Amino acid sequence: MKRVQFRQPSIIPGFRLTFSFTILYLLIIVLIPIAGLFLKTLELDWNTFVSIVTGPRFTAALRVSFVTSALAALFNVVIGVVIAWVLVRYEFPGRRVLDAVIDLPFALPTAVAGIALTAIYAPNGLVGGLFTPFGIRIAYTTIGIWIALVFIGLPFVVRTVQPVLQDFNREIEEASATLGASRQQTISRVMLPTLLPSILTGFAMAFARAVGEYGSVIFIAGNIPRQTEILPLLIVFRLEEFNYPAAAAIAAVMLTVSFLILLAINLIQVWSQRRYGLG
Amino acid sequence: MADTTSTLPETGPYKASSYRSPVSEAAVTRWLLIGTSIVLLMLFLVLPLITVFIEALRFGVSQFIATFDIPDARSAIWLTLLVAAIAVPCNLVFGIAAAWAIAKHQFPGRAFLVSLIDLPFSVSPVVAGLVYILLLGTNAPIGGFLYENFNIRIIFAVPGIVLATIFVTFPFIARELIPLMQDQGTGDEEAAISLGANGWQTFWFVTLPNIKWALLYGVLLCNARAMGEFGAVAVLSGKLRGETITMPLQVELFYNEYASVAAFSLASLLAGLALVTLIIKSWLEWRYGDQLAPGGRAH
Repeated sequence: MKRVQFRQPSIIPGFRLTFSFTILYLLIIVLIPIAGLFLKTLELDWNTFVSIVTGPRFTAALRVSFVTSALAALFNVVIGVVIAWVLVRYEFPGRRVLDAVIDLPFALPTAVAGIALTAIYAPNGLVGGLFTPFGIRIAYTTIGIWIALVFIGLPFVVRTVQPVLQDFNREIEEASATLGASRQQTISRVMLPTLLPSILTGFAMAFARAVGEYGSVIFIAGNIPRQTEILPLLIVFRLEEFNYPAAAAIAAVMLTVSFLILLAINLIQVWSQRRYGLG
Repeated sequence: MADTTSTLPETGPYKASSYRSPVSEAAVTRWLLIGTSIVLLMLFLVLPLITVFIEALRFGVSQFIATFDIPDARSAIWLTLLVAAIAVPCNLVFGIAAAWAIAKHQFPGRAFLVSLIDLPFSVSPVVAGLVYILLLGTNAPIGGFLYENFNIRIIFAVPGIVLATIFVTFPFIARELIPLMQDQGTGDEEAAISLGANGWQTFWFVTLPNIKWALLYGVLLCNARAMGEFGAVAVLSGKLRGETITMPLQVELFYNEYASVAAFSLASLLAGLALVTLIIKSWLEWRYGDQLAPGGRAH
């Protein structure tokens, strides 16, 4: 009875079965566990919660996580747009391979990336060794964390900007050129505004992923308390101490942040849909 | 030098080398940008991949092969295969069911449902592991009940690893299928049903052939992530040697024991998997791109 009202009538069968299964599976695997986390946080009284999220180790980890993630996402935006541009606009030998390589961070397990990056950027590593004579350490510092986060975040920017650039109507560029704009003006004042929503989305996705990233960071970070400790690692430490409420509190803060980022991404998409009619 | 931006039709008289299209960049800029991109991608993406193999073979092939005689390494490989063999089919069934419900039927809240399905992508792997510990640990309500009445351990045991893997790979197949099946519409299925096919026949003989490449694409990505997941599994594995250690966790153990060659040898297996995944993925995009989900592929 209710089903008929809920979905539009159709002769295609299987709605009740697939819909119920989808909701059930979603509830069991994702929604109930996440709700459980927030419930666990409610077990803490307010003062304990405040003391956890204002503790020096937490605030230090928060700062490390957010600052390095923001800087990595920012760097990814710059190089990601250049790489997307090159892949879409230019024809050169090896373009296909380069295009495939972009997805490497999605395919390579994070722990593998972590130990490989550490080997490269360690003081005696291939690249790290180049900086050692100048007294610059990359691995086991926040620079190392930043490098790992650049690695895992890059595809997000490239893969969100690329399709928009691909669909960009070149007649608009021609019109701009015809009306006397220089190439720089066309790019910065005609193309960039159109690409902006996808750039912002890419930034948000890279940032969100970076804040939550664990595997590729912990090897290269060195994990020095209050210096190179990231938020997810703090959760792991609390878990190892069986301090579940504290772990839940940190996780709840992180989840809230990722929900806010998700909301921001959706708002960007709504805004770009309204403004440019792009998806 | 001819204009290399082949997306524009080149009209005869303008092909002279001195001419630059007003909608392209000077050759110097172009090659500078290409060069920069190649160098950045080599440095940030390719170098780590190559390093894995170099470090694995640092002391020769025999040391590399010896890693796979270590019982811990072997059991880690088996566990990883087992976990993927359970997690991927679970998400496959879910992905098909979700796509059928969402793409082939009209009901309010579909967009919201899709956002919920994508949710695990925005959850930190560590948090994904944590939520199950809080719910299913032996001190937690549900986990405690299972442990006391049936002596079933979920956390710090294989079921927990499987669950965490299902969580982090949850959206992969669904998100490949939903946009594609929405694009394809319901015309084919309606025709099949009108001609007397039942639901299963319609799915097997009409829908499945339409989505098979996208399905393979989703399974490929889902499997790569399932075998490579580290954070979520690390949190709730309990790290019992030979029992709850997957390949990525064994890589970490070897690495922390300064067994560098063993760590990188095992890692090279995972890196090889990543390479194969990328190659098949690119091949699918190149060969069957029109039969895959439209739009960007950011995960």
